[in-house]
Amino acid sequence: MLTNVLRNFRALPFAILLIVATALPVLAGPFEDAVGKFANDEFSDTEEAVGAIATSGNPLAYPIISALQDGRLMADPETKKVYVTQTDGKIVDAATGTPVASIPDSAAEVRLNNRLRRTVEAALGGLTLLSPDPAKRIQAAQSVFKTHDEAMLPVIDGALQKETNKGAKLAFSEARAAILLFKADATDAEKLEAIATIKARGDQEALALLTGLSGDQPPAIARAAANATSAIQSNLALWSMVQNAWYGLSLGSVLLLAAIGLAITFGVMGVINMAHGEMVMIGAYVTFVVQEVIRTSYPGLFDYSLLMAVPLAFIVAGAIGILIERTIIRFLYGRPLETLLATWGLSLVLQQAVRTMFGPTNREVGNPSWMSGAFELGQITITYNRLWILCFTMAVFAILLAMLRYTSLGLEMRAVTQNRRMAASMGIATSRVDALTFGLGSGIAGIAGVALSQIDNVSPNLGQSYIIDSFMVVVFGGVGNLWGTLVGAFTLGIANKFLEPVAGAVLGKIAILVLIILFIQKRPRGLFALKGRAVEA
Amino acid sequence: MPHVLTRALDRSATVFLLVVAAVGILIPLSNLLLPDGSLFQVPTYLVSLFGKYVCYAILALSIDLIWGYCGILSLGHGAFFALGGYAMGMYLMRQIGSRGVYGNPVLPDFMVFLNYPKLPWYWHGFDMFWFAALMVLLVPGLLAFCFGWLAFRSRVTGVYLSIITQAMTYALLLAFFRNDFGFGGNNGLTDFKDILGFNVQADGTRAALFALSCLALIVGFLLCRAVVTSKLGKVLIAIRDAESRTRFLGYRVESYKLFVFTLSACMAGVAGALYVPQVGIINPGEFAPGNSIEAVIWVAVGGRGTLIGAALGAVIVNYAKTVFTSGPLAPYWLFMLGALFILVTLLLPKGIVGTFNAWWEPWKAQRLSANVESAAREDGVSEPKMAE
Repeated sequence: MLTNVLRNFRALPFAILLIVATALPVLAGPFEDAVGKFANDEFSDTEEAVGAIATSGNPLAYPIISALQDGRLMADPETKKVYVTQTDGKIVDAATGTPVASIPDSAAEVRLNNRLRRTVEAALGGLTLLSPDPAKRIQAAQSVFKTHDEAMLPVIDGALQKETNKGAKLAFSEARAAILLFKADATDAEKLEAIATIKARGDQEALALLTGLSGDQPPAIARAAANATSAIQSNLALWSMVQNAWYGLSLGSVLLLAAIGLAITFGVMGVINMAHGEMVMIGAYVTFVVQEVIRTSYPGLFDYSLLMAVPLAFIVAGAIGILIERTIIRFLYGRPLETLLATWGLSLVLQQAVRTMFGPTNREVGNPSWMSGAFELGQITITYNRLWILCFTMAVFAILLAMLRYTSLGLEMRAVTQNRRMAASMGIATSRVDALTFGLGSGIAGIAGVALSQIDNVSPNLGQSYIIDSFMVVVFGGVGNLWGTLVGAFTLGIANKFLEPVAGAVLGKIAILVLIILFIQKRPRGLFALKGRAVEA
Repeated sequence: MPHVLTRALDRSATVFLLVVAAVGILIPLSNLLLPDGSLFQVPTYLVSLFGKYVCYAILALSIDLIWGYCGILSLGHGAFFALGGYAMGMYLMRQIGSRGVYGNPVLPDFMVFLNYPKLPWYWHGFDMFWFAALMVLLVPGLLAFCFGWLAFRSRVTGVYLSIITQAMTYALLLAFFRNDFGFGGNNGLTDFKDILGFNVQADGTRAALFALSCLALIVGFLLCRAVVTSKLGKVLIAIRDAESRTRFLGYRVESYKLFVFTLSACMAGVAGALYVPQVGIINPGEFAPGNSIEAVIWVAVGGRGTLIGAALGAVIVNYAKTVFTSGPLAPYWLFMLGALFILVTLLLPKGIVGTFNAWWEPWKAQRLSANVESAAREDGVSEPKMAE
């Protein structure tokens, strides 16, 4: 009870000041005096001026102090006038806010030293606590939470009382708890309450704050702090698991997208297409071209650029795929190792062609507005582009599965996968199926390129970085079964992300490669092998 | 022994060996004895360049031995080459001694730079040449043995094998790029001073290294010929053409494959070891999967399953690479290389030597075409044919 009264009492002058400030926006006298102190060109006077202006509640306070921070505050020692050069180049009188034509030659920039710079920063932090924008208030409260500067306590208390926004209120009370926890003369009850608030926050910064607490606390508080620390730690460990799982799903979806086309061509034709990565790259460049056209001609349609790029990338990559199949690969059936070499050569040609056309550097592909940004889910941040890619991958997978199951082309593809000669005997034009399959696989790679352009650099080497991983997925998942590819991609993605924090990114990847090599020994045809009667199967 | 030699040396093999021996003797002699600027004097930089080609030829030979005669397409042979190179590089690093930038008598420069307290255990012994030379054979051989033992026993064949060999070299690439792996990270090993007490930069050393590389090529070629013309070689060809049938006939296919794979890896290691002092650097880039695939195309260009063709292919393709990448045509080199891959597999499946043989030696053509036909069939049989 007593503490509450005390707190109210402490906040009283500030509240009065606020009321006065809102009632009389231009308060002549103390404010002008304080501003005039800048002209004395003494660090101590400047510090006083900053303190006085920051607590004045005058609407001109923020522009003046931020001008001071940026070196845009000029003072004339002769007339004691102070001027602010606004960011748009206009000049105003600092004390009154009235526009001025020019700054007299005798005026000089108000100087700062390092100690003053900190004061200025703190003052600005306090001023943004009162900003009308709740997001800015929350941000300011967060920075107070980190610095837990005792001087901010009255400002926080004042802000807390008149705060109506729920998020900002929470942020203020957390900031207040942080200050009280480190305040030398706060009571034990206050400190315990503060620890509870911080524990409820439960993130990395709360943990840092609690572990930063000095050792000479009363036993009750030390115990509470230790409990809170371990509670936060286990909470954080749980969230980091969730985080890893999410990253794993995200990586898995990217791998699945890149590998799924490969799985189809490999499954149906037994052909390893080394140029598959280049189809992905072509899809990404199609996105780039679509966005360029939209930027120059129809800027309003930018948000739809990806929707347009997806069918286009499918068509372009698919057409190139069919062309490749008709001109190169069909002459190499029954010689998979030669096909591997020829398609590798093709990948070199395609890379170099794109390099010649678009240059060797990264091209910029933008995120449409609905794909940029992120949202918080508990302690983890989920970016919209990753989430969309996951959804998109699942959609592509579902469509492909449905296509294989319900269309006549799908039926023919499955027939050829299971037994080529028998399918041919039943009247299926296997060479047509081959061409279409290759086109389909390449087209899906093109679609993957559209998605990958959103999270990766669009350069001629884009495909190269995915090709080995895609092979691993296909080989691990097994051939001729899309579910195998799905399981393979997500297993590898999640395993990779769980190994990364333990072993480091590179070592984790090496471990995955070694594990796959060992796994292949155990199951030479992958997780979900197609059963057959062939001698070699 | 003599009968092995007579069996191994048919006419074309003898011609090839004589040419290599002549090159190996004449080029160093012309470099050392003729005055500078003379028409026939081979400048030192060319000696090193040719030396590089000869090392590539040995690597190509080792790939041809397994791909051309046993049907194992390794896309990771560059890894064995690079491991041999690293073993030699480690010896050369230790020979620098206190002449490095930091003047540490024991630790190579990069270790001083990265604050290594002492020499890692696996660097011990590399100050002795015999040990390094042993490791040049042992490290790639052991890796190939373990890898092959696992892969061949579980009957991983065809494209699956190709892909996991690629994964192997990729994993090694990533590992060697790491600074704390203890092999100089990104920069690799370089700034070599001398080898066996001779300055690596000196003309005499370069000429000697070139002659040694030619000698290694001759020995490697003889070894390969001895293997492929023996009864063992016949079994290898049988495995290439019909693996299951050979197994059903009672041969232990995996043992044959393992033997030839390990032998081939040792050869690749020797090639790498000779390569490093001549180019003066070894870095993780040598592990790049692209390098291994490029080496396979040398064999395909020259003619797979001909040995002579493999060596020729390596020299021809690399000479073309030097010409194109150093001239105004540099941006088009990748087009050329890519087209080479495509055109050779489509139009020249027997390679230069194979096609030459087929044209000019009709009596041989019959025998060869039988081989080639079966070679073409082999892949179809040993692959996971989805259709069947």
